[in-house]
Amino acid sequence: MAETINTIVFGYYPYVALVVLALGTVIRYDHAPYTWKSGSSQLLRRKQLVVGSVLFHVGVLAIFGGHLVGLLTPLWIWDMLGVSHTAKQVTAIVAGGAAGAMGIVGATLLIHRRFFDARVRATSSFADNMVILILWVQLALGLATIAVSMQHLDGGEMVELMSWAQGIFTFNPDAASHVAHASPIFKAHIFLGLTIFVLFPFTRLVHMLSAPIRYIWRPGYQIVRTRGRAHAE
Amino acid sequence: MSNLLDRLNFLARKNVDTFSDGHGVTTSESRGWEETYRKRWQHDKIVRSTHGVNCTGSCSWKIYVKGGIVTWETQQTDYPRTRPDLPNHEPRGCPRGASYSWYMYSANRVKYPLIRSRLLKLWREARVVRTPVAAWASIVEDPKKRKSYTGVRGHGGFVRARWDEVNEIIAAANAYTVRAHGPDRVVGFSPIPAMSMISYAAGSRYLSLMGGVCLSFYDWYCDLPPASPMTWGEQTDVPESADWYNAGFLMLWGSNVPQTRTPDAHFYTEARYKGAKSVVVSPDYSEATKFADLWLHPKQGTDAALAMAMGHVILREFHLDRQADYFEDYCRRYTDMPMLVQLVKQNGQYVPGRLVRASDFAGDLGEKNNPEWKTVAIDAATKKVVVPQGSVGFRWGDAGKWNLEEKDGKGQDVNLQMSLILDENQDTVAEVAFPYFGNREHDHFEGTDHESVLVRSLPAKQVKLKDGEALVATVFDLFVANYGLDRGVGGANVANSYDENVPYTPAWAEKITGVPADHIITVAREFASNAEKTNGRSMVILGAGLNHWYHMDMSYRGIINLLVMCGCVGQSGGGWSHYVGQEKLRPQTGWQPLAFGLDWARPPRHMNSTSFFYAHTDQWRYETLNVSEILSPTAPEGPWDATLIDYNVRAERMGWLPSAPQLETNPLDIAAMAAKEKKEPKDFVADELKSGSLKMSCEDPDNPANWPRNLFVWRSNLLGSSGKGHEYFLKHLLGTSHGVMGKDLGEEGRQRAKETVWHDDGPEGKLDLLVTLDFRMSTTCVYSDIVLPTATWYEKNDLNTSDMHPFIHPLSSAADPAWESRSDWDIFKGLAKTFSEVAQEVLGVEKDTVLVPILHDTPGEIAQPLDVKDWKTGEIEPIPGKTMPNVVVVERDYPNLYKRFTALGPLMNKIGNGGKGIAWNTEHEVEALGKLNGVVTEEGPTKGMPKIETDIDATEVVLMLAPETNGEVAVKAWEALSKATGREHAHLAIPKEDEKIRFRDIVAQPRKIISSPTWSGIESEKVCYNAGYTNVHELIPWRTLTGRQQLYQDHMWMRAFGEGFCLYRPPIDTKSVNPVIESKPNGNKQVVLNFITPHQKWGIHSTYSENLLMLTLNRGGPVVWICETDAAKAGIVDNDWVEAYNANGALVARAVVSQRIKEGTIYMYHAQEKIVNVPGSETTGNRGGIHNSVTRAITKPTHMIGGYAQQSYGFNYYGTVGSNRDEFVIVRKMEKIDWLERPLAEKVEAAE
Repeated sequence: MAETINTIVFGYYPYVALVVLALGTVIRYDHAPYTWKSGSSQLLRRKQLVVGSVLFHVGVLAIFGGHLVGLLTPLWIWDMLGVSHTAKQVTAIVAGGAAGAMGIVGATLLIHRRFFDARVRATSSFADNMVILILWVQLALGLATIAVSMQHLDGGEMVELMSWAQGIFTFNPDAASHVAHASPIFKAHIFLGLTIFVLFPFTRLVHMLSAPIRYIWRPGYQIVRTRGRAHAE
Repeated sequence: MSNLLDRLNFLARKNVDTFSDGHGVTTSESRGWEETYRKRWQHDKIVRSTHGVNCTGSCSWKIYVKGGIVTWETQQTDYPRTRPDLPNHEPRGCPRGASYSWYMYSANRVKYPLIRSRLLKLWREARVVRTPVAAWASIVEDPKKRKSYTGVRGHGGFVRARWDEVNEIIAAANAYTVRAHGPDRVVGFSPIPAMSMISYAAGSRYLSLMGGVCLSFYDWYCDLPPASPMTWGEQTDVPESADWYNAGFLMLWGSNVPQTRTPDAHFYTEARYKGAKSVVVSPDYSEATKFADLWLHPKQGTDAALAMAMGHVILREFHLDRQADYFEDYCRRYTDMPMLVQLVKQNGQYVPGRLVRASDFAGDLGEKNNPEWKTVAIDAATKKVVVPQGSVGFRWGDAGKWNLEEKDGKGQDVNLQMSLILDENQDTVAEVAFPYFGNREHDHFEGTDHESVLVRSLPAKQVKLKDGEALVATVFDLFVANYGLDRGVGGANVANSYDENVPYTPAWAEKITGVPADHIITVAREFASNAEKTNGRSMVILGAGLNHWYHMDMSYRGIINLLVMCGCVGQSGGGWSHYVGQEKLRPQTGWQPLAFGLDWARPPRHMNSTSFFYAHTDQWRYETLNVSEILSPTAPEGPWDATLIDYNVRAERMGWLPSAPQLETNPLDIAAMAAKEKKEPKDFVADELKSGSLKMSCEDPDNPANWPRNLFVWRSNLLGSSGKGHEYFLKHLLGTSHGVMGKDLGEEGRQRAKETVWHDDGPEGKLDLLVTLDFRMSTTCVYSDIVLPTATWYEKNDLNTSDMHPFIHPLSSAADPAWESRSDWDIFKGLAKTFSEVAQEVLGVEKDTVLVPILHDTPGEIAQPLDVKDWKTGEIEPIPGKTMPNVVVVERDYPNLYKRFTALGPLMNKIGNGGKGIAWNTEHEVEALGKLNGVVTEEGPTKGMPKIETDIDATEVVLMLAPETNGEVAVKAWEALSKATGREHAHLAIPKEDEKIRFRDIVAQPRKIISSPTWSGIESEKVCYNAGYTNVHELIPWRTLTGRQQLYQDHMWMRAFGEGFCLYRPPIDTKSVNPVIESKPNGNKQVVLNFITPHQKWGIHSTYSENLLMLTLNRGGPVVWICETDAAKAGIVDNDWVEAYNANGALVARAVVSQRIKEGTIYMYHAQEKIVNVPGSETTGNRGGIHNSVTRAITKPTHMIGGYAQQSYGFNYYGTVGSNRDEFVIVRKMEKIDWLERPLAEKVEAAE
């Protein structure tokens, strides 16, 4: 029974989550483009936002990058680079811990602001409220895994998780078995992470895909669009 | 196809070009996103409507509708064109108007009928076992129940209610009040019919059919310039703005055209391009000063001194040292200057008495008809005293002789003599006393130390009158002497040079006003010189900046004098342009029958609001102005020692001013009482008033028997905008929390009213029910018991006109009234229906005894010719319509009120229609209306009569009956006037006889109205509309005593208060600062400033300031403007929260510290709502206050005069005015900003 649940949650659910994430995002982008926004409330109240938002975003982006690289880089690359599992585990704990701390402090400020500022609260949707709370919980769970990881400084547990993640992307039917014996905190953290993927297309999180990074290198200050095909040729 | 795929198209080249060295790129990416914005501005239809707001703009707008929702609006540009060489009327419309559609779907929209929950609970409880009227009685007759909802007015507690339920409550309250107290206790306030005539008429028709009272607005707003009725016998008639373009010399005096007449300002710019010289008079550096070639900035409130000094210069240079032919001729023919005035010996010196009348001479100079009302002059050829045609005595009863031809009553040609200055014409030089007020002490205004009585010499003539020899002088000679000009006949107090310090030289004026004497001389000289060269094309645009002062008559008459002595009035491009409100109801005579139910019963009950609110908000109980402070030192003997309310009581009982309520006894009971005594009601009322068994309500306004009980407010923000003495309204009329800090006269031990009963405990909460109709939750709504949601200006059909342009155009329904709102017409129609059902419980067909004051433009206006006699003192008998109000019995059919409301009644056929003293037959129009609207087919009292079911039916009634919109009626009206004048006038309308303007016509395009004798200008292809034009060019007399422009006001009260001639009077001392200045220190420095309330910049005209778009443009809440110096004195920096307070109350606002403002003044744009971003006041503990929290209305006795030709009462024509600019406030920075964001519990139990 436990095995079945484990397979469903960590073997099948990831695919559901990824499909919802991809399709949902595309459909929203095409059919409701004017709902695609970060939903900033800076206009309503600047206080707490600047500090909270910067801490939160820097922290979360660092963690996101860490997870991406840490989980999905194949083991042989690490081996080739000569990075020992212990070193990688310690780096993850230190860097992730620092970024996680920033993120959770920022998120705490943002939550306080969102729920205790009358103007912001009045203009917040259910999704706005939920998403910041979930992210806070996810950050908290992430930080809580440090305690578990401290017991496995050899990186063995980490390797299991990497195998799971890479297993998912390589369609390995046994991927779920890699986390079957992981700590419940890890399981909760992964489950919530996948759930965030599911929620992604339905919330303001989509603004992540539209971060105006291209502005840094795009040419031209003035963009003129052609009148139509005749001129475009 | 897909936003995503388009973006993922990496193979196509996106950037097709670059420019500006690569700083710009041309891309070929999809432009599909633009569709969204294009759709945002696409619409299903455009509907023509306008803004029913008192802004005079009267601009036609395109209302864009999409999916049944109004999306936005833009200016219409399709006005009929003017002629070549004259700019067109469009563009009309301003950004403020363009923000209006915000209201329709805003949070501030009133969406459902709302009622105070406590009242609703009481009602539902009472209604379980009682019929409606009985249920209402059980609530209001129980003081505790009544207080439970009246005491929390303004403190929230509204709940939604159903239409049928609120209608029943209101109808029951009305029926109860009519039965228990009298129909004159049901009162309605709605202003400015011209802004939405049918919406006004809906409520006034309902009230009038019931016998309720319609309150005036123009005088209460202090927009009525009493100088206009005094001088011309006309409420207000002014040039359209296009006529500015024809002026050669334009003065802008106390009017801020670009800010407050925005859609018309282009004519001013165009006039300047054309080469007109422009002088702007404004104490502050207002937006209008940009128009100035020369900017004069006198001390605020001293404009009369400036005008007098200019008059001094013009008289000297154009009438005395040299006589400009055009001016001389004009003054002789069109003014009272040649008329003779009796000089009366008083305390050893002469004072100007009344105008000499034909009746003063033996044999009445051969005049049989009204000799007491015919003024006389000397014929230059024969040197004999003659009776020139045109005076009011000829108007009534001398058909064909009421005109301005140079003839006397016998038809002989005459050439009137203006002056007796030549030795051969004068018998003697008389020493005549003139009052001087410029020496009265005032803490904040400079005076001079001249004597209070200035004796001046002038030529006089001995004439033989019935009762002996008398000395007379011409108005002109007195007028010149009054200006302090040396005529070479010796004597003191006259000046030969402009540098002498004698009232009213330029040097004298410089001391009072601060304007350099050489500027005064230059402006006066150029003003007159232009008028001489152009036959009167000098114009003064003037407005609230002058008119809102207590002594506004003096500034106005000072300016009118300038215009008249230069022959500018009645000439295109010249004259006075008084723009203060949208008072010009062009189809007035067609509208009146609909609005006041004249098709069913006449007369309606009208009341002048200033006197009404002065009495019923108990502002009189706090009166600080002693009559002795304004009485003239040359006043004749008389009972002058009385208070202002006493004067009003006298005026009401002498039939001068109207009354509401009228008698302590229910007027429905009077006819029966009279019948019991076997007397005519008229005689009964006169006898019983004399014996004292009937009492007029005005004598005891605080007696519950005399309280107004039900008040309707619609199309108005009475409590947030026009209600002078706001805190007194709250305390006495409403009975809720208030900020009055001063003590009443009883507490002060100064109970002085002689003719008015004093109650030691002033009543609190006179009203049983306050019902407001509005589309937005205004300050007034917040204080009401029931709020009814009305249609907005884009959701109803109605009519709109202005004095700024000659068009009539509609409000029309772009979308159905949103949520549960209804048009005003439908609301009152619905109320009428419920009332007819509910009223049957206590009312049937009743006889209502109505008191009517002596009305201007009726034969009754010549009532009290020579002297003032009060029947109460026994010096004369009370004779209805002559020495007391007229008494008329009117039948009210209460069960059929609804049927009467929705059909055009029989009197239009029986009596006809008319206005301003002329009458015509309307049978043909009634017949045409029957065909157009259909006739009532169901059995009953209205069967066969034209229907008035919908608002469009109602517009057709107005358009069909009015001469301005029906050429056939116009011709009839001019022909009717011809009977009085003996001259042919119909040529002004005959070319348009076949023209009939219908509602759908004006929906298609605004239409120019047709020339009508209701107005003194004409619509023509040759001249612009200009006031007084037909008087000058058609020789139609002005509707005054002399029939001419009357510069000398000879009524005894005018003389007693020193205003026979125009002079300078400093602002009054309201004494509202000293009693409280040390009472509630907050530790900050204080400064005392003159409180000025001009029109705002960030609001739709004078109100609608809580519009989000407007709030965003300024500071999002109330502001006051002060100058840098005053701010520094009180340690205030820009954007500080400050409090302004005095004995009347307090207000809070942010300070705008600006160089624009003149030192010593504080400006607060009026009608900044109490409901947006307003914290509590430190001194009163109540929320903010509004601009009127620190004001109190003070009445002026000269405005109460009646029964005397042009000085007779007319609704919105004459009467006391609500001035407010003489007020001072204490200003200081606030220490603690308390937003009062907590329940009311501390004071009263929280409103649930």
